[in-house]
This record gives sequence, structure tokens and C-alpha cells, in this order.
Amino acid sequence: MSENSQTPKKNLLVRFLTMNTSGQTSGRDLPLWRQLLTQILCLFILASVMFPIMYIVTLSLSSKTTRPSSLQLIPTEISFVAYKQVLDHPTGNPVTFIQLLRNSVGLSVSVGLVALLVAVTAAYSFSRFNFKMREVLMVLVFIPLLMQGVGLVTPLYLLLNQVKVVDCGHGITALMPLMACDAGTKGKLLFNLRDSLLGVGVAITAGALPFAVWNLKGYLDTIPKELEEAAAIDGADTNQTFWKIILPLAAPQLAVTFFIGFIGNWQEFVTSWLFLSQPKDYTLAMTLYNMTGQYASSIPWNRFAAMAIIVAMPVAVVYIALQKQIVGGLTTGGVKG
Amino acid sequence: MEIANKKNSGTKIKRNLLPYYYLVPAFLIMGVITFYPLIYQVIISFTNFETKDLLLGLKSPTLEFIGLKNYIDIFTGALPVENFSFFRVLEFNFWWAISNVFLHVPAGVLIAVMLNTEGLWFKKLYRALYILPVVVPPIVVATVWRNIFDEQYGAMNQLLTFVSTLFGHLDPVHLRWLTEYTPPIPGFLPGAPLTLAYYAMMIANFWLGWPLMSVIATGALQSIPRDLYEAASIDGATGFQQFRNITIPLLAPAMMPAAVYGFTITFNLFGFVFFMTGGGPARSTEILITFAYNLVRNLRWYGVAAAFAVITFGVALVVLLITNRVTRATQSYSEA
Repeated sequence: MSENSQTPKKNLLVRFLTMNTSGQTSGRDLPLWRQLLTQILCLFILASVMFPIMYIVTLSLSSKTTRPSSLQLIPTEISFVAYKQVLDHPTGNPVTFIQLLRNSVGLSVSVGLVALLVAVTAAYSFSRFNFKMREVLMVLVFIPLLMQGVGLVTPLYLLLNQVKVVDCGHGITALMPLMACDAGTKGKLLFNLRDSLLGVGVAITAGALPFAVWNLKGYLDTIPKELEEAAAIDGADTNQTFWKIILPLAAPQLAVTFFIGFIGNWQEFVTSWLFLSQPKDYTLAMTLYNMTGQYASSIPWNRFAAMAIIVAMPVAVVYIALQKQIVGGLTTGGVKG
Repeated sequence: MEIANKKNSGTKIKRNLLPYYYLVPAFLIMGVITFYPLIYQVIISFTNFETKDLLLGLKSPTLEFIGLKNYIDIFTGALPVENFSFFRVLEFNFWWAISNVFLHVPAGVLIAVMLNTEGLWFKKLYRALYILPVVVPPIVVATVWRNIFDEQYGAMNQLLTFVSTLFGHLDPVHLRWLTEYTPPIPGFLPGAPLTLAYYAMMIANFWLGWPLMSVIATGALQSIPRDLYEAASIDGATGFQQFRNITIPLLAPAMMPAAVYGFTITFNLFGFVFFMTGGGPARSTEILITFAYNLVRNLRWYGVAAAFAVITFGVALVVLLITNRVTRATQSYSEA
């Protein structure tokens, strides 16, 4: 949140203790009745903002496994039983929390990094060069942005599903679809790319790449050309300029792009829920979904609440830390020719 | 931009290829995981691809090319799916996105303006707390609100019960927020009944949506020079006149892209809708991409799903062209 230059820079407590409650207004001060009226409105909005948050925090700190029979928004007990249970036994399956966490972190981080590495050179090319087919190639890269969410999921499911490692017996393993077992032998399925975190990662990367290119290109466009021209005069070739000048300058934006990707991948649900069938591959987002609705008639709500807070935490931390950059990107963003 | 021109002609050919070298990694990877699947998607959209064809793909003996049948079935509602009508879902999808943006943007602006009041106490505290909904992931928001709207144990019915006892009604409130099919206001949106679940989603998404708009509006408000207001008040303009003639025109260039962004995000808000209602009851809150997901995940009609994805791509393209025009119109307005 940017500083409001109009407010005196005093600490909150000091301002609270020294505030003028006499009703005497001097100069441009807010009349007391308007101050109070606005405060009431602000508090009402605050209550509505805090309502679900307090509700879920209170639930998560309760040790009661029964469903809430009356509304409670302020914790009357502080018990970490629900958190402990979720950490010990996140699902009905014998899968540990660490495993789920590893799946979620591994997926989000590796997809974010791969997308970033691949995107940065493409973004540089689009931002800095004029070449034949530039517009066409750019449209091609950005097309998947229009196929958000489930648009690419069907063909990727079908294609990745055909990539399998099969044990044909007699010590022969076949990598389908390049090789197949002899006709007649059924073989034993060892690995299916579709039903693995690797496959999910591939599919999510397909969706994450165009956004990374778009976001990085927008930033590279703002780096002044003069820097490169100066480097060229000093004898640097384009590759050196890219590595020694552009990349270091773009480093903050690389981090922002990575973290925006991370936020999205952390919540990714469509692909993983469709692709994965084995509980050991599940992610935290999938586990949270499993704890609600028709699948969850037996899950105590305090555990659900604890899980919701655990899933929300990393995203909240990243968002609060990078709020300025993320919001700034939204207001100044846009594809320029 | 053309650094290449300054160099001698010997290295010119190599230099001219340089932009393409930088594109190679992206296009290699996208070729395999994006472009090939996209083409594959268009091909199978003309087939009756089903679970039995999974093993052999396009080489499957049971796979038939059925022309435009999938597309026709989707448009005419001939799919053997209960309660599905493409145009109703499409209408609801647009209504869902528009009605949200029309609530979030004004609310965000008004609250930002209110918090910008000079001399207001606890300004920073409010600003810090009001952004909390933005930082919670939508899937968590949706699951939490789903439980809040639970008909037996949910906080919303408990809150309403509490409020109604203040007015002397002692019966507990039992609104079936997510399962009641009869629309509370019949005929509100002709052609697409808006069930109680829609209003529940609106409430939850309002909670989720306005703070971001408020953050953007706050940033824009603080870049408006104070002299303008001082000059206006010297000229005798009232607070409302200042708001109408200074604040709104100067906020528009920042709020328009934000509104467009909000529209496209809400239009495709898969995680939220899926986690909160799953498209129910009776598909009344289904949006295009939740239905597309149903086709693949539950019905496993891959051919139909592919055709549906191609259609939603077309819809997204139309939306993009419209929103582009809208942003461009306001840009030229702000520069004029």
C-alpha cells in the first residue's frame, strides 16, 4: 500500500492518543459527525471482511469435531488439535502431509522455473527485435492465453496417456508409443506419463508459458533502449547485452513472474484432479477439495478449517510481500505491438 | 532497435537470425506441449472419441469421424446430458461476469474514496485489513464460503437466525443456499433462472472481488493532484460535483483496464465456481469451463469435450476483441 502523503507520519498509537475528539474543527479537519459516520461505515466493512476469516480461524482453533451448531467468530479456546490431525493424517489414505507438501511445492516451483527459463529469451526476442513474422509468432504464443483452464486439458490428457512404460515380460520393457510389446502379450504397466506429477507438470507448463512470456515482455519493453545502444558502442554483442545487461535489470521482474506463476500453480486443480489417480501423487489443493462437499461427510470441520489455512498461507505470504508489483503489473500491463 | 544494422555485412545474416535463435526454446517446447495438442484437439473434435479409444488414440478401430455432429449436438442441446443448454450456460456465463464487475468496481472505488478522506482515523489500518480477501487463494475462499452457506451448520443461516431473532422471529432460518432450485426472483434474467446458489456465489465473490478494485482505485486516487480539488472548491464546487467532475474522469483510465481484467478473470473463474457449487443445482450455476471440465472428467466424452473447447476458444476470442475495443476507447479518451 503506497504511503498517503497527506497523513502525518506518526505511529498509530500516538495518533490515537492525540486525536482530536473535542468536535472543534480547525481548517481542513474532518467534522466530527462525518468522522464518526465514516468510522461506523468502515467498521461495518471491516466486520464483513473479517467475518469469513474469523469464522475459519475460530473453527480451526477449536477441538470440537462436531459441526458448528451456532455462530462463533471469536475463538473461545486455542487448540491445535485440528492442525496436528491434519499434519499427521491429511487424508483417509496412508499418505503423509510431507508427501502432499512435497508434491505441491515441487510442482509449483518446477513449473514456475521451467516456464521462466523458456519464456525469458522469447520475451527478449519479442521485445527487442524487429523481424519477419514477429506479429504472427507473437499471436501464436499468446493463443493459449485464450484457452484458459480446461482448454488444453483434453488433448494433453489423451496424448500423455499414450506415453507409457510397459513391462512385457522376458526382461523386455517397452516405451509406448515408440515401442510396443509383441502382439498378443498384454504386458504390465509400469509408468503412465498422464498419471504422474511429471505429466501434470508438463500440462501446467503449457498454460504457464504464454503468461510468463507476456509478463516478461511487458517489463522488458520498459527498459530503455539507450542502455543496449551504449553497450553496443562499447563493443558488446547481442548475447553479451542480453546476459550482462538485460537479465540483471530484469531480475526483480523475473522473481515477480516466478511468484505469480507460483501462486497460480499452488492452487492448480483442474489438471491434477483430472490426471492423477494415486493418492500418493495428490497435491494440497486436491486434498482441500476432498475435504468439502459430497466427499467429506465424515470430515470434521475443524480439520477442514485448519487445512484451508495451511493451503492459504504460502499464497498469502507471497501476495503480501509482492502486492505492489502484482497490482502494478495489472494496471500498467497490456500487450503493446 | 536494429543494432544489427550498425554492424558490418559479414555477420549480418547471422545477426538477422538471432531473434529466431532466442525463440527456439519456447517454440520447441510449445510445439510439443501446446501447438500439437491444439491441432490434435481440433481433429478429435470431429470424432466420437470415448474411453474405449484411449489406448490407441487416432488409430483406434472404433474411432469414427462424425463431421460436425459434436458441434451441432452442443448447440442444439442434443447431448444426452440432463439440464444442459449451451445458450443458457453462455448467457449465464456472461451475466455472471458482468454482474460481478458492475458490483466490484463501483464498490471498490467508493470505498477507496472513503478511505482517502483527509483526516480519517485508522486509515492505514483499514487499508491493510481490507486487502485480506485478495491474498486468500480463491479455491480456499470458495471452500470456506461453501461451508458458510451449508444449509444445516453454515454460518450464514446462523447469522440470519441471529438477525431474525432480533426482530422477534424465533424460528431458525434454513435457507437451502446451494441446493434450492426454485429461483427466488423468477424471471430476473430471462432464459437463465438465477437460483439461490447464484446469489450465494455473488456474495462470496463480492467479498473476494471488491478489495482488489479498491487497491487499484487507491493507487489511482493518490496520483490525482490535490490542486484540482482546491481549485474546484475555490470555484464553489460541492463534494459531489468534485467527485463527479474530477475523481471519476481521472479514475476511469485506471479502472477500465482493471474492470476488463476483472471481467475476463470472472468469466473463467473455474476454481471458485467448481469448488463452491460445482455448477449446481441442476447446472444452474454452470459456466462454460466448468461444463467443459464435466465433459472430460465425469462423462469422458473426449470428442465432445474437444468440440466444446474449440467453441469456448471462439467465445474467448470474441470477448477479447470486445474488451480490447473497450480499453482502446477509454485510452484515447484519457489521452484526449
